[in-house]
Amino acid sequence: DSSVYLRYIFNTCFRTVEPLEYYRRFLKENCRPDGRELGEFRTTTVNIGSISTADGSALVKLGNTTVICGVKAEFAAPPTDAPDKGYVVPNVDLPPLCSSRFRSGPPGEEAQVASQFIADVIENSQIIQKEDLCISPGKLAWVLYCDLICLDYDGNILDACTFALLAALKNVQLPEVTINEETALAEVNLKKKSYLNIRTHPVATSFAVFDDTLLIVDPTGEEEHLATGTLTIVMDEEGKLCCLHKPGGSGLTGAKLQDCMSRAVTRHKKKKKKIL
Amino acid sequence: MVTQGVRSARCRAEVIIAASRGVGAMEEEMHTDAKIRAEIGTGCSPRGPGCSLRHFACEQNLLSRPDGSASFLQGDTSVLAGVYGPAEVKVSKEIFNKATLEVILRPKIGLPGVAEKSRERLIRNTCEAVVLGTLHPRTSITVVLQVVSDAGSLLACCLNAACMALVDAGVPMRALFCGVTCALDSDGTLVLDPTSKQEKEARAVLTFALDSVERKLLMSSTKGLYSDSELQQCLAAAQAASQHVFRFYRESLQRRYSKS
Repeated sequence: DSSVYLRYIFNTCFRTVEPLEYYRRFLKENCRPDGRELGEFRTTTVNIGSISTADGSALVKLGNTTVICGVKAEFAAPPTDAPDKGYVVPNVDLPPLCSSRFRSGPPGEEAQVASQFIADVIENSQIIQKEDLCISPGKLAWVLYCDLICLDYDGNILDACTFALLAALKNVQLPEVTINEETALAEVNLKKKSYLNIRTHPVATSFAVFDDTLLIVDPTGEEEHLATGTLTIVMDEEGKLCCLHKPGGSGLTGAKLQDCMSRAVTRHKKKKKKIL
Repeated sequence: MVTQGVRSARCRAEVIIAASRGVGAMEEEMHTDAKIRAEIGTGCSPRGPGCSLRHFACEQNLLSRPDGSASFLQGDTSVLAGVYGPAEVKVSKEIFNKATLEVILRPKIGLPGVAEKSRERLIRNTCEAVVLGTLHPRTSITVVLQVVSDAGSLLACCLNAACMALVDAGVPMRALFCGVTCALDSDGTLVLDPTSKQEKEARAVLTFALDSVERKLLMSSTKGLYSDSELQQCLAAAQAASQHVFRFYRESLQRRYSKS
């Protein structure tokens, strides 16, 4: 009777009053409050092609974190300094719907940082050859607007966004476009569609650093808040790194970094199986 | 590593007391042309054998309004930093047990965009890891960075300028930090502190922020594709280069405070 009461006190009051101490008790036993091991990921579910009005779409759920990516293709004139290239424009939106920490209005810092991160991943990993998006050099090219919207923010947004983007781009079907020589107008053949040529499959793995020493994988929202640092590694097939994003936080030694790399490699193998 | 003989022949410290700047302001320039014999053993032109950092110079206390200011030059890249703090903070932004750090980065031309926001976040988190914010709860420390000229390795130069400005402002820190950039070109040659031309031609550009106590990795921001072993190589080279930057910090501060 009294033990039930004490357990209640511990689970609710202590967790609110001293979240870090509460957390440390679990970390000492090498596990986390949601029952995961320190190196265990949350279950990932992907739903591809759910938005019929978009040219490609994917919904990714990483535990509770939910991100939906919709890709729309439009025409544009190619850039003057690269007339044979198209554009891929990502945008990450963190609306007030997903978490109480975001307000409506212009994109906050978190959303801008995530958008820049996704743009860097696309650029570095060469997931799509921009030359494939060109229809007529100097005159017409495809621009793919990739909108990533977070529906539920429970940590590890970067992993979810990268995965959603990859899944959505694999789902994109572009119609065939021919330029009519007489009228110089583009003729779109909606009946003949082809998939994009996805060259690599970048997969992101995020870690959180606790008390400058402990590394945990796939942090939830609460864990991210309590952590002293975060690290995101984006890897592609041949073990090449596209991005090592460590925005400050506690220092890491070379050995710890090596450990993270090996985990990222195993993660890549698992994720790739899911998407193919 | 650099031998003692090579260093003493190359280091010249020129202390110029600028009377026009007023009391307590000392302008000094230290020319440290640090040469590092790379463990990798690759030659990087155009700087000659081994991988070397460009010439650096630092000026402190040059602005009158901010509590601390510094201008850091690396080759032709120059960044001006100003620090205000610990100062009053808006109630919406205050944290009950530590100082709120804010970083504002202004590019040389145009309005700040998403890339600047991303860099601000990187610099801010790096500063938060070293600044002892718990000594000044419910205050704000603002670091303002202005890019004066960009000739490669911009993020590293911003980090160095921010560190020197924080020291000049007297903000308590647990360690100093420095930024080092490495560029990997298509055949795997490593170049430290690349110029903008080298950055454009490189296959990958990696920027690291390292702390002065144990040379741990505080921040990393990379562009391009590279392998795991190349990362370790770059990290080792950056750790070696950071020694020179920290020595430069120490000597420039020693010279500044020894006269006053």
